[in-house]
Amino acid sequence: MKTYRFLIIGTCMMAMAAGRPLFDYGVGDTVSPFRLKNVDGKMVALADYKDSKGVILIFDCNTCPYSKAYNDRIIALHKTYASKGFPVVTINSNDGEQSPGDAFDEMISRARRKKYDFPYLQDESQQVARAFGATNTPHVFVLERKDDAFVVAYIGAIDNNPRNGSLADKKYVEDAVNALITGKSVAVKKTRAVGCGIRWKDV
Amino acid sequence: MPPLKAAVIMEKILFISGVLCFSIQGFSQQAEIIKLADLQHLMEEESPPVHIINFWATWCAPCVKELPFFEKITAEKQPGVQVTLVSLDLDLDPNPEKVYRFIARKNIQSKVVLLDETDPNAWIIKIDSQWSGALPATILINHQTGKRRFIGKALEEGELERFLEGLQ
Repeated sequence: MKTYRFLIIGTCMMAMAAGRPLFDYGVGDTVSPFRLKNVDGKMVALADYKDSKGVILIFDCNTCPYSKAYNDRIIALHKTYASKGFPVVTINSNDGEQSPGDAFDEMISRARRKKYDFPYLQDESQQVARAFGATNTPHVFVLERKDDAFVVAYIGAIDNNPRNGSLADKKYVEDAVNALITGKSVAVKKTRAVGCGIRWKDV
Repeated sequence: MPPLKAAVIMEKILFISGVLCFSIQGFSQQAEIIKLADLQHLMEEESPPVHIINFWATWCAPCVKELPFFEKITAEKQPGVQVTLVSLDLDLDPNPEKVYRFIARKNIQSKVVLLDETDPNAWIIKIDSQWSGALPATILINHQTGKRRFIGKALEEGELERFLEGLQ
């Protein structure tokens, strides 16, 4: 029992030392509630979405070329799916010191310039990214609401063609959300993509 | 100072001056464009026994910041150690010119290859099951001891040497 406890503590410490996520949600897990500051200065909580079918939660940023390449596709996801009960919520977890282009002021200008009609939240403590086990930007977590809980239904990339969305032959997020809307099970639940690692604070 | 250590330092000085001569002449390598099978073959190659494989891109600031650590290993010319810098720039931009210019400008001496693969979801897991696909990422393989280490984050100064020792 004692060894077991040491193992758990040891693993946690190793994970923290390596700057890796601590909890790492898997598909089917219920996520912990969070409340973060939006670019309009107001606080946004996951619990605010209690009337939607779910949320397309995206860990994103200003500076990553993948985020830039996917920016219009993220805006389009909200346009298509907000009215169908799956609005987009974006979170920037990059440390503003390591990546000055991701400071809160820069987030405000990005949201203004691109006319975001969805939240762009600052995860200053990086606790939300760590809880989710977000690693890349953009990194998508499709959440399905089940009563008061939000359950992870899909984790990964938006599609399989970062260069050109119109050439993507696998649209992972659209497929997952379409399945949830029509009451089917999500076929591809987890994908990997090349991307910019989240800029963790120095520990 | 023991004579052996002096000889090693002398050798290093000679090597560094050699590198400098090359750089003055504008020497730069032409990085090869490879497929996943080529990369897997390279990683499985038992000679030299120690492989340091770093996944990076020119646009990735933490990657660029840690390149000197790999260049240092290459410059040390340790027998049996091979550094390979795998650029993933082609994933976003099909034109390799930017990478070629970067190699010339920074005078990169380590072996650079450009991975040309589509559908990252299919190939990332074949490189390492622990890898999310986030950059930078480094894999250390020692075929002699059969040990392997995946590092899914940016390296700190001196960390690469410590990880390499751990593979002994």
